[in-house]
Amino acid sequence: MSDKRIIPIVMPKWGLSMAEGKLASWLMKDGDKVKVGDQILEVETDKIAGAVEASEAGTLRRRIGQEDTIYPIKTLIGVLADDDVPDADIEAFVGAYVVPAAEEGEEEAGPRYEFIDTGTGRLRYTKRGSSDNAVILIHGFGGDLDNWLFNADALAEGATVYTLDLPGHGQSTKTVADPTVGGLAKAVTGFMDAVKVDKAHLVGHSLGGAVAMEIARTAKGRVKSLTLICSAGLGPDINMGYIDGFIGASSRRDLKPALENLFADSSLVSRQMVDDLLKYKRLDGVGDALTALKNGVFPNGKQAAVLADALKSSGVPTLVIWGAEDKIVPAAHAKAAAGAKVEIIDGAGHMVQMEQAGKVNGLIKALAGG
Amino acid sequence: MARKISMRQAINEALDQEMTRDPTVIVMGEDIVGGMGGEGEKDAWGGALGVTKGLYAKHGDRLMDTPLSESAYIGAAVGAAACGMRPVAELMFIDFMGVCFDEIFNQAAKFRYMFGGKAQTPVVIRTMVGGGFRAAAQHSQMLTPLFTHIPGLKVVCPSNAYDAKGLLIQSIRDNDPVIFCEHKNLYGIESDVPQESYAIPFGEANVVREGKHVTIVTYGMMVHRAMDAAAQLAKDKVECEVIDLRTLSPIDWDTVLDSVENTGRLVCVDEAHPRCSIASDVSAKVSQEAFKSLKSAIQMVTAPHTPVPFSSALEDIYLPSAEKIAAAARKTMAN
Repeated sequence: MSDKRIIPIVMPKWGLSMAEGKLASWLMKDGDKVKVGDQILEVETDKIAGAVEASEAGTLRRRIGQEDTIYPIKTLIGVLADDDVPDADIEAFVGAYVVPAAEEGEEEAGPRYEFIDTGTGRLRYTKRGSSDNAVILIHGFGGDLDNWLFNADALAEGATVYTLDLPGHGQSTKTVADPTVGGLAKAVTGFMDAVKVDKAHLVGHSLGGAVAMEIARTAKGRVKSLTLICSAGLGPDINMGYIDGFIGASSRRDLKPALENLFADSSLVSRQMVDDLLKYKRLDGVGDALTALKNGVFPNGKQAAVLADALKSSGVPTLVIWGAEDKIVPAAHAKAAAGAKVEIIDGAGHMVQMEQAGKVNGLIKALAGG
Repeated sequence: MARKISMRQAINEALDQEMTRDPTVIVMGEDIVGGMGGEGEKDAWGGALGVTKGLYAKHGDRLMDTPLSESAYIGAAVGAAACGMRPVAELMFIDFMGVCFDEIFNQAAKFRYMFGGKAQTPVVIRTMVGGGFRAAAQHSQMLTPLFTHIPGLKVVCPSNAYDAKGLLIQSIRDNDPVIFCEHKNLYGIESDVPQESYAIPFGEANVVREGKHVTIVTYGMMVHRAMDAAAQLAKDKVECEVIDLRTLSPIDWDTVLDSVENTGRLVCVDEAHPRCSIASDVSAKVSQEAFKSLKSAIQMVTAPHTPVPFSSALEDIYLPSAEKIAAAARKTMAN
């Protein structure tokens, strides 16, 4: 059957609330050869803009979706196939395409937010995939589990992927009893106990990277590998202007310029992204939690926990990824990770896992088998 | 965690959480419990439209049914606020405020100023506003501009459940008198509202839709009609930026002016009468501060300078509609 080699390109679903997206532009044209990981088109949602990447190789045979047009998720917007598939088969595929319905018990296809009580309080998390190989994604200061919007699904193809909100963040408890890297590390190992994961690949972004390194230092037996993305914990420097600006901003006008520091392309900071973060920052207790963390993690404007030596002596396989244009933690800190594989990615800032998701996902998969 | 609840539930939750957090918060008004002589929860009316229902069972006598005398109990609430309590008084319809203007305009709004900053009056007056409820001329008015005119008062008018909860919590925590205007046609609309407490700062408008061609500034129920108009206009490639003021005193001029500087066109939408309204106020400010940015004359879409009609056919024509807002936006695009 020739239709085995016809691969639909559909409107993706990024995050739990996405119902539709705008096809902003095609980055390739009909007849172009596509390799796995190539960016085929750009999509904008009310939360974020991003590129849709090829999950399989082939030739872009049909661009069905129109630019500047909004489509519901899973709508067929393009077709990838081998060159020897006849046009007639492609026509038939397009004509017969039916948007897959949500599976039984599955709301709008995708994982749900779940909550679990741990020693450090109630934490929100998501779980994707079902494999013995666990990957845990740990966000940074002021972030939440949606920082992994473009990563979690891709990594879940070969692993069970957990994302969580650290204490003081997202929809987890706003009480941070021990606002240090050590305290957050205990929160994550407590989470691993609660979801019955003994050992996992840890992927940490920014402050989450320092947390992952601390777990490797104190509980090496629970860490299969470390992926440190624009990570704290490798040197003393931190952009305190950003940290103070993020904590202090109570309006859209103040928060937006602070958030623009996170990306190489500041236009990625959407109205909805600012709005969602303001909603988080307005919750009772968040201001206190962030201030306590700032004082615990960055006292006197420097990172308190520099763990590069401990990282080396732990012997845990380590991958370091950095956005070349990171304005929060300098990419030069990557040099401190002796013995690690280091990848500096151009055209990306601190949120490299969002700005260059395909490359980051590929690197993590190679290490963690996701 | 967030879940969808109605504006009615969001207001109830804000009162409940603030009463739990702060023992000085008390709630008073006509029929807010069960009517005089009622037997608590089982008889509770929870106010004319059930907003405070269930609170008496949790907080008991910190909710007080008052006699049908607005001047007496609003005066009592203002006095209690001056003495250290945080009263939330429900004055059923804003249309009835006239009988207690002295307590509001001359007492509550003046204490901080006249006592050299040594007195504060953290009172909230919750009240229903607006038309479309077939409630006739004495129960349907949008009298927000009367209160924005008075220095010393803060005036809030949320358009959705999320804002209602955060703005009411801020109103209760605020140390000045706040007129909290609840549009009676919005009680049923639902939005995502966190279970946790949160406060939305005053003077912070919400940009509910971004666009580069026309700015529409409004508040309350008109936000929804402006969004409908913006959706209609988007089909013709006219992109509207819709600003929900959320608080009318203080008002977020920066967000309005920034937007008009980008779009060069402004439509002010107000459910109030046209003269000395929020719409005319915003028009005047933009003319003064951003005149050079304007590419066409500012348009206003308001109710007419007449009482709200009782006839449902007339009331529908009376209120600004999405069609009228869209027409006004097109007019700004014509030149």
